[in-house]
Amino acid sequence: MAELEFVGGYPTYMRESIKKVEQTRNRRIGKLVDQMTPKEREDILNLCHPDYAPGGKRELKIGPNKGEIVPNEVADLLEAYPLVNPDKIDLSVVDYDTDILIIGGGLAGTSAALLANDNGIPADRILLTNKLRHGDANSMMAQGGTQAADRPNDSPVLHYIDAMGGGHFTNKPDVLRALVEDAPGVIKWLEELGALFDKDENGNFVELTGGGTARRRMHACADYTGMEELRVIRDEFRNRKIPVLEFFPAIELLTDEENKVVGAILWNMETDEYKIVRAKATVLATGGFGRLHIRGFPTTNHYGATYDGPVMAYRTGARLRDADTVQYHPTGAAYPQQIIGLLLTEKLRTSGAQPVNKDGEEFVFPLEPRDVEAASFIRECYIRENGVKTPTGMKGIWLDTPLIDILNGPGATEKAFPAMVRMFQRFGIDMIKDPVLVFPTLHYQNGGIETDPEGSTNIKGLFVAGEISGGVHGKNRLMGNSTLDCMVFGRRAGVHSAEYVKKGVDVGQPGLKHVKKYVDELKSAKIETDRKSPLLLPDYRGKAALARGIDIF
Amino acid sequence: MAEKKISLMDTVRDASKGVISGIDKKDVEHWVEIYFLGKAYQVPAGLTIMQALEYAGYRLIRSCGCRAGFCGACSTVFRRKGEYKLQTAMACQTRVEDGMYLVQIPFSPAEKPLYDIEKEKYEASVLLKYFPEVARCVSCNTCTKACPQDLQVMDYVQAALKGDYKQVAELSFECIQCGLCAIRCPAEIVQYHVAQFGRRMYGKYGIPREENTEKRVKEIKNGEFNKKFEEIMSLSEEELRSVYTEQQNTREVY
Ligand SMILES: Cc1cc2nc3c(=O)[nH]c(=O)nc-3n(C[C@H](O)[C@H](O)[C@H](O)COP(=O)(O)OP(=O)(O)OC[C@H]3O[C@@H](n4cnc5c(N)ncnc54)[C@H](O)[C@@H]3O)c2cc1C
Ligand code: SF4
Ligand code: SF4
Ligand code: FES
Repeated sequence: MAELEFVGGYPTYMRESIKKVEQTRNRRIGKLVDQMTPKEREDILNLCHPDYAPGGKRELKIGPNKGEIVPNEVADLLEAYPLVNPDKIDLSVVDYDTDILIIGGGLAGTSAALLANDNGIPADRILLTNKLRHGDANSMMAQGGTQAADRPNDSPVLHYIDAMGGGHFTNKPDVLRALVEDAPGVIKWLEELGALFDKDENGNFVELTGGGTARRRMHACADYTGMEELRVIRDEFRNRKIPVLEFFPAIELLTDEENKVVGAILWNMETDEYKIVRAKATVLATGGFGRLHIRGFPTTNHYGATYDGPVMAYRTGARLRDADTVQYHPTGAAYPQQIIGLLLTEKLRTSGAQPVNKDGEEFVFPLEPRDVEAASFIRECYIRENGVKTPTGMKGIWLDTPLIDILNGPGATEKAFPAMVRMFQRFGIDMIKDPVLVFPTLHYQNGGIETDPEGSTNIKGLFVAGEISGGVHGKNRLMGNSTLDCMVFGRRAGVHSAEYVKKGVDVGQPGLKHVKKYVDELKSAKIETDRKSPLLLPDYRGKAALARGIDIF
Repeated sequence: MAEKKISLMDTVRDASKGVISGIDKKDVEHWVEIYFLGKAYQVPAGLTIMQALEYAGYRLIRSCGCRAGFCGACSTVFRRKGEYKLQTAMACQTRVEDGMYLVQIPFSPAEKPLYDIEKEKYEASVLLKYFPEVARCVSCNTCTKACPQDLQVMDYVQAALKGDYKQVAELSFECIQCGLCAIRCPAEIVQYHVAQFGRRMYGKYGIPREENTEKRVKEIKNGEFNKKFEEIMSLSEEELRSVYTEQQNTREVY
């Protein structure tokens, strides 16, 4: 094959299509395709949304959600054997004895630690453990913003209704109410800790709408929202000298005679040594599952997003909710190869960028709920065959980003999207002048471990917060509701785990009886497999190197 | 019909399989040679440094976090063949080049001063109290050259020296705390800690608060929305659907 010729980061054949986008641009300004009717939305979802289209899922054979449907990749991990043989773990020596163990230090886990500390648990009676570094998390990558209904023409009730509609009316009402009612307080908390939100000269927030929100309530920090939020609360966490472990994932929870969760087994990824933590309360905040690449989709998620938390909790008997739904973000990068799957925030569309096909024609309202928007991209590429093919064989839709400067004035893109501009620049593409190619990407775990508004679960001693949890977003989350979710329920889990501890907990002997029981169930359900879980990390090693691997030590 | 839909999803899956399950040699057309810790590896051209190491057979534990340029885990230093210059980069955001000699720096040892943001005074001297070493800056600009985010690092260190919190905050906002500046600094300044302190001080004390937020927090606390919530939460799904549709029709334009 001849070498491709590139102009401004794109091969010349893609440039042809860009010309058409340029030709239709002026005509498209200010003109948007109508929103779909509820019926149209339903039809397109059933036609080609990866979550609704047939296949890809199966019934769980064991556990509290037995009989319910989940993605195959999730079932594979739930119906898998533990990493350790319960009989070979020495539980007689406790390495860390603490009040509250927090597993996972994203926005949810870090908030929980701070609020537990605010509520009477001394720093040295808390332990936060991380699979990777404290901050290698989905939270660090949130770009678009955090919702909070704080403007005079808005209210938590409107926020509630938007989220319900976005979630197809499957959200857990009391939990959702807690989310929207705590939201302004979370923004206030962050401000008081010194987070830098986008503001005008008078100190008023610059707020935008998002897909499915009827009011402007998105609080952003350029396109580094999660990074700013997390690095501020992490700095506060460090100032308080709360003990923290890194590269020390939890690989199994521990339960006592009453099946209360009373700690976990941690594993040092570098030395292979395990440690036993005994805790009065355990907060699971391990985030999402993008790295399971459900239905073969690339992902926006960080390296450690592998569903460890639900796998461990399910073995103790914790119930899942809405575990069948996956959120695909409509605008993942489809080109260039180096950044396939990475997120291009929805805020690009709220700021005026329009999705158009290979002929530069608009075909969908830019801010349908995420699932509908994503499905319409898939239809445009694979059913109507109007996508742009990349050199690696993917297809994509143009996101006409130059419109942002045209609509908002020169410099607008650079000011609002420094991270995006920089990312494309690194690969030779100028998104201010040229459109960028997008395709849906696996983004968010809508469901998870069921909780109540306080972050507690059906298992005593086990609290959950953040992306790991299920209920608040129902079957589909709106943009800006999940960083919010992490902080609202992280804080709540911190408060309530502290209260639980202060009431006095009778911690029995930490054990693995629940794991043995689970293994028995696997066996009696005739699940014969060498799959083991939790997964901890995906494996991207090249096939050639793997084929010649020898496992010596 | 059902069958057609399944195969649609399979086609979609096929289109991005290289990104997901490791690259197959037979799909690669162009190759480059890189030297990781001195060992030569043939890797597909067009990968990032991170993807290339994985292709070569490394299963990363350190030096890999977000894989998207946000977390600062994948700091890398390299030299190109025949060049004297030592370069810095983020492995997840940099394409491999033929003849690259590279190593990753997964950790930058640096203690962070502890402070209580509630109790600090918004004064220039406070910054110097915690970071007296900024006075040792020799204005060599090495930090700026090392920064993979292309920040004006030296300028924010200079602003810190003057106690100009606003400038520190604005110039350092996009810092991903990768540590590359600090590793290179001859004055042993830990720029990203200085920046974090500066940003929090500016955010807390330098910017006015929005009243609406404070007001809303109070309204919620006083239960001003309780009645409306009870109303909405007692609606049937049908009724709620129509409230939702109506609300969507009154969308604020963006
Ligand atoms: C690219 C991107 C953009 C986004 N943009 C937005 C946005 O604009 N607005 C919005 O509201 N939301 C957004 N989201 C979603 C939101 O950022 C996440 O849902 C949220 O931050 C998750 O926070 P968390 O604390 O639950 O999990 P995380 O932040 O992922 O933290 C979980 C932590 O737990 C660790 N962990 C995992 N397993 C283990 C284990 N076994 N033991 C110990 N530790 C473990 C992980 O390594 C990680 O550090 C975005 C997400 C992504 C990926
Ligand atoms: S300022 Fe320093 S720590 Fe921050 S991104 Fe630049 S080099 Fe990395
Ligand atoms: S590298 Fe150190 S000494 Fe040189 S300009 Fe930067 S801060 Fe100053
Ligand atoms: S892995 Fe996070 S910046 Fe590269």
